Amino acid sequence: MFGWLVWRDLILAWRRRADVLATFFFFVLVVSLFPLGIGPERELLRSIAPGVVWVAALLASMLALGRLFGNDYQDGSLEQILLTPQPLYLVVLAKILSHWVVSEVPLVIVAPLLGVQFGLSQNTLIVIALSLLLGTPVLSLIGAIGAALTLGLRAANVLVALLVLPLYIPVLIFGAGAVSATVEGLSPQPYLLLLGATLVVSLVFAPWATSAALRISVE
Amino acid sequence: MLEVISLGCIRGDRRLFKDLNFSAERGELVEVWGANGSGKTSLLRILCGLAQPAEGEVRWDDKNIRSLGEEYFGSVAYVAHQNGVKDELSAIENLRIAGGVAGNSLGVREAQEILARIGLQKESNLPSRFLSAGQRRRVALARLLITKAELWILDEVLTSLDAAAAALSSTFIGEHLRNGGMAIIATHQELNISATATRRLEITT
Repeated sequence: MFGWLVWRDLILAWRRRADVLATFFFFVLVVSLFPLGIGPERELLRSIAPGVVWVAALLASMLALGRLFGNDYQDGSLEQILLTPQPLYLVVLAKILSHWVVSEVPLVIVAPLLGVQFGLSQNTLIVIALSLLLGTPVLSLIGAIGAALTLGLRAANVLVALLVLPLYIPVLIFGAGAVSATVEGLSPQPYLLLLGATLVVSLVFAPWATSAALRISVE
Repeated sequence: MLEVISLGCIRGDRRLFKDLNFSAERGELVEVWGANGSGKTSLLRILCGLAQPAEGEVRWDDKNIRSLGEEYFGSVAYVAHQNGVKDELSAIENLRIAGGVAGNSLGVREAQEILARIGLQKESNLPSRFLSAGQRRRVALARLLITKAELWILDEVLTSLDAAAAALSSTFIGEHLRNGGMAIIATHQELNISATATRRLEITT
């Protein structure tokens, strides 16, 4: 059942790939605009790179949240999914997993390439990918709570931003911190460990909170 | 057995119904009648566990459905107003995925046979956005043919179906009842379903 749900969301994303590509190119463009705007000042670019990449990833993943439950809610298939005979925790986890694969994994892959524009060392590029790999699932997990709470509301997009962005702050600090540390020649390990810990905590609590929020929104 | 005990429902600040009592045995058909906005859909949503009642409880085999949780969902099939058919998927994909997600996986051939039975053999590979309202309804109803659920909860099941499809669905609902299933159907028109026992429930405020 878990597999079917993931498969379903992957096919649906493929059939509506314009939506997915839109957030992907949003990320690519936002990150690329900074070096163009600031000019070839190597030191400055290097010091802002971690923040720029991470803030762009935050915004891109927030933009993608609308389609996590929105389409299924509108055509009634969310109700059908909620009525399947399996724990809602797993249902939600499957949806978040496929959402992460579709919306966040491309960002993780392309981020090191974009980092080249900022003149980052190879080591730093690896840490960018690694920090995003650990951090973006947290963004999807926390974002799912906001998406579920604002389901069917009129100003859902604005509300999601207000609800979710403050909760993203720890991820931003740890993620950008890991990259900054590497830029300055320090070890990113403590930041990555903290990101990992955040991931474990949100993996346990976020699907549970999302399930509760979905039940309320659908009622 | 499904038992509804002094059920009450409030939407917004409006009371839709209160003190609703009925029960349904296996093999029994319950028709829910009532004017538009009387709370038929709200009642069905409470019965399938999507909504919480303001008062009272719903019991399935002597246990409150709230405490049964997902165990209860395995015994219920719900066809709502909205079909839950994905526009991007073909009829066959819709059916196979709906089955897989609900735990009744079926192969391509099986799915094709079921769609043929419901009159969609030619359209089975077309993306559902090209289907008419009635054809989408048929795809939603095809889910009933693959479910193992005993209790079917159907909201205005005959909406936008043509005479042939209406007759067909009445037939397989009748079959389901004869096999010991139960059906609760909200309706505005007489259903021609042969059932051993039919209960008519009028919702009045």
